[in-house]
Amino acid sequence: MASTRTNRTGRGAQASTNARPAARTAAKAVSTKATSARPRSATRAAASNGTAAHGHGVGNTAATWTVKAGLAQMLKGGVIMDVVTVEHARIAEEAGACAVMALERVPSDIRAAGGVARMSHVKLIEDICRAVTIPVMAKVRIGHFVEAQILEAVGVDYIDESEVLTPADDVHHIEKTPFKVPFVCGCRDLGEALRRIAEGAAMIRTKGEAGTGDIVEAVRHMRALWSGIRRVASARDEELPNMAKELGASLTLVQEVKRLGRLPVVNFSAGGIATPADAALMMQLGADGVFVGSGIFKSGADLDARARVKEQSAMATAIVRAVTHFNDPAMLAEVSRGIGEPMRGQSVASIPLSEQLAGRGN
Amino acid sequence: MQGDFREHIDCLRTVGADAVEVRTEAELDAVDGLIIPGGESTTIARLLIAFDLMEPLRRRIRAGMPTWGTCAGAIILARRVPGLDRPPLGVMDITVDRNAFGRQVDSFEADLDIEGVTGGPMRAVFIRAPVIREAGAGVTVMAALADGRIVACREGNIWATSFHPELTDDARLHGAFVALVQATLGEAVAAPSARPRRSAAAR
Repeated sequence: MASTRTNRTGRGAQASTNARPAARTAAKAVSTKATSARPRSATRAAASNGTAAHGHGVGNTAATWTVKAGLAQMLKGGVIMDVVTVEHARIAEEAGACAVMALERVPSDIRAAGGVARMSHVKLIEDICRAVTIPVMAKVRIGHFVEAQILEAVGVDYIDESEVLTPADDVHHIEKTPFKVPFVCGCRDLGEALRRIAEGAAMIRTKGEAGTGDIVEAVRHMRALWSGIRRVASARDEELPNMAKELGASLTLVQEVKRLGRLPVVNFSAGGIATPADAALMMQLGADGVFVGSGIFKSGADLDARARVKEQSAMATAIVRAVTHFNDPAMLAEVSRGIGEPMRGQSVASIPLSEQLAGRGN
Repeated sequence: MQGDFREHIDCLRTVGADAVEVRTEAELDAVDGLIIPGGESTTIARLLIAFDLMEPLRRRIRAGMPTWGTCAGAIILARRVPGLDRPPLGVMDITVDRNAFGRQVDSFEADLDIEGVTGGPMRAVFIRAPVIREAGAGVTVMAALADGRIVACREGNIWATSFHPELTDDARLHGAFVALVQATLGEAVAAPSARPRRSAAAR
């Protein structure tokens, strides 16, 4: 255990050195559009920047920051489920998912398959878009802005620039601001979250360790994020520039975090949630909602096809209800009563650091 | 049950109302007015059924409790929603088309003149927004887009808007809704001591 910790720290220190130049350019981008970090004032900025036709007409200003970050506001208190087929997407919608993530393989299968994991097949994503009325998200590789251009053309509602896929660029993330479609990105702590927001991410999720069914990394990252936020919120103003330097984040955004006492965008939890109790744990630790990947469609693995669908549907429903009533233990007991065998999972401690996904992108 | 209730609560507090979250029947009983927030209408509807809130909600709304649905909330209130066999609450005589403008890349902002809101147009944020395709005889249109599509209306004490006033700094519409709640309380109780209380519906 002790040696794992040493490795982790060593790796983190190295990574943050690499990130310095990237953070500097990110800070520059923010200072030219400082209002983009302020969801509430952004509306005013959009209204006064001249692009708005004041004709009370349709489509005056599309894809503003308010509109992009606003969709994430609508997802709050909800569960976003990984789905690999149209049938899964329908089960998820029926269970009350607030969005689905269209994938070719759930993360635990990506792990098992090895090889290079890329954006899902366009046809699969389009079929899922047609099958449900809830928003559809899809993943692109870190830094692969052409995959993102393709998904925007397909018309997905949100893009996840995700460490679960094999990174296309080991230094740069996608410059997300020019896209009309909003992005969600993973983070392990406050600095990483603010670097992604500076690049234009309109929603954040803590990474956890995808495809494991082990909640320990999700907890670690959520705690790290909030402890960073609390530290900023209680700092004196003159301490913020140095804090921004240490975080590798723009001062504007650090000031915004202090003002709000939270991230300026919605923050979900991901990576390891397998049961209603896991989902409620992450909500109590400060998530606005949860992503569940393998946890639903890898449950009931030992059952025959029909029983498995029933089982997965029960798990999906129970996790949705647990997120609604995350603070009510009696209700959590009730929703947990109906579920069967969760995904088997794999403890993160048994996975070599080089095979862990959360370290991708920083 | 799900959605941007925090933003509604912030707006209500800005205009001086006492705002709480509503997730259970007991919490519903304690409020004088209700906002059903933006979110995913399918999700909110499923949760209302799962936690036995449909019937109590219908009862309160039919008894005259001021109720305002924004975006997904408007879908929850509508009597007719193409694509849904059973509209969730079905308490308002309107037909609502879901995702009427297209997908997220088609979401937009526009300036709107709204009945009952003085001091110039409001900036309205439309996110995968619905449109009120038809309004029944008893429904008053509060705002429409330049092409005539209805995006805000009222019927008795029920309001429906396609857009999200809670995502801007402009709380004028929330102020007007609080005034409606106060007026309704005044009629019902005939005593000015009643406290205006309300809630951003449900999570």
